[in-house]
Amino acid sequence: MSATTAHLAHQFDDAEQQFAAAELGMWLFLSTEVLLFGGLFCTYSIYRLWYHAAFVAGSQRLEQVLGTINTAVLLTSSLSMALAVHAAQTDDRRGIVRNLVFTIFLGCMFLGIKGYEYRQKFVEDLVPGPNFSLTADQPNDNSREGRRDKNNRAGQPPYRAPSQTTLTTEPDVGRVELFFSFYFAMTGLHALHMIVGIGMLGVLLVGASHGAFTPEYHTPVEMIGLYWHFVDIVWVFLFPLLYLIR
Amino acid sequence: MHTNILSKATYYKVAVLLGILLAATVVVAQFDLGVLNTAIALTIAFAKAALIVLFFMHLRYSWPLLRLFAASGLIWLAIMITFVLADVLTRK
Repeated sequence: MSATTAHLAHQFDDAEQQFAAAELGMWLFLSTEVLLFGGLFCTYSIYRLWYHAAFVAGSQRLEQVLGTINTAVLLTSSLSMALAVHAAQTDDRRGIVRNLVFTIFLGCMFLGIKGYEYRQKFVEDLVPGPNFSLTADQPNDNSREGRRDKNNRAGQPPYRAPSQTTLTTEPDVGRVELFFSFYFAMTGLHALHMIVGIGMLGVLLVGASHGAFTPEYHTPVEMIGLYWHFVDIVWVFLFPLLYLIR
Repeated sequence: MHTNILSKATYYKVAVLLGILLAATVVVAQFDLGVLNTAIALTIAFAKAALIVLFFMHLRYSWPLLRLFAASGLIWLAIMITFVLADVLTRK
C-alpha cells in the first residue's frame, strides 16, 4: 500500500477518489477544448455553405495522399498511447517507455509531414496574404516581383468583390484565400496542440524511464493519454472537412 | 477507474476498425455523390471519434458523471452550431 499512499494528497479519502478527481478535471478541460475548436468548426461551416465552390477549389489544392498518411500516422499514435497506458496498468515498465517513444516518434512524423505541406503551400503561393495566387504554379515568371505584377494587387483593397476578379470560370480568388485562412488557422491550432502534447509525452518519458509509474499510480500517463486522443479526434474531423470536400 | 483494464487485443481491434473507416472515407470521397459526400464523411468521422472516445479513452467503462462532463462540450457546441445554421440556411 505504500506506493498508493505515497502519492495520495491529504485532501482525498483514498487513491480511487484522487484518480476520479483528476479524471473529472481532465474531461472538463477537454470540454473547453471542444468549444475552442468548435468556434472554428462553426465559422468554417458557415463559409463553406456560402462559398462552397471556392472551398472545393481550395480543397483540391491540398495533398490528399499526405493528409491520408497523416491521419493513419495519428491514429496509430493513438493506439501506441493506449498501449502505453495499458503497460502502466499492468506494470510493464519497458512497455511504457517503448510505447511512449513510438508515440513521440509518430507525433514528430505527423508534424514533419505537416511542415512539408506548409512549405509546399508557401512555394505555391497559397498562403493568405499579399502574394496569394491560384496561378503561381504555372511556369512563367516566378520572381517575387513577377508574381506581384501578375496579381496586380498593389494599392487594391484586401477584399475584392467577385466582379473585380479576372478569372471568370474559376471561383473567386478571395474566397479560396478564405479557405486557406481556415486551413492554416485550424491545422495550425491543431499542430500547436501536437507540439504541446509531444512536450508532455517527453516529460512522461523521463518519469517512465526512472520507474515513476506503477499500477497503483500512473495518473499522468492516463491524463496525457486522454489529451493525446482528443487531439487525434480533432484531426479525425479536420481531415475530411479540409482534404475531402467535393 | 482502475477496475477495468482492457486487453491489448481490444486496442488492436479498434485500431484496425479505425483504419478501415479511414480507407472508407477516402474511397467515398473519390465519387461525386452530391450532398451525400459530406453526410457520409461526417458520419464516418463521428464513428471514428466514438471508437476513440469509448475504447482508447475508456469512456465505455466510465462512471455517469464523467460521461456527462465528456458530453457537455459536445452538447453546447451542438446548440451553437444548430442555431447558427438555423440562421444561415434560412436567410433570403
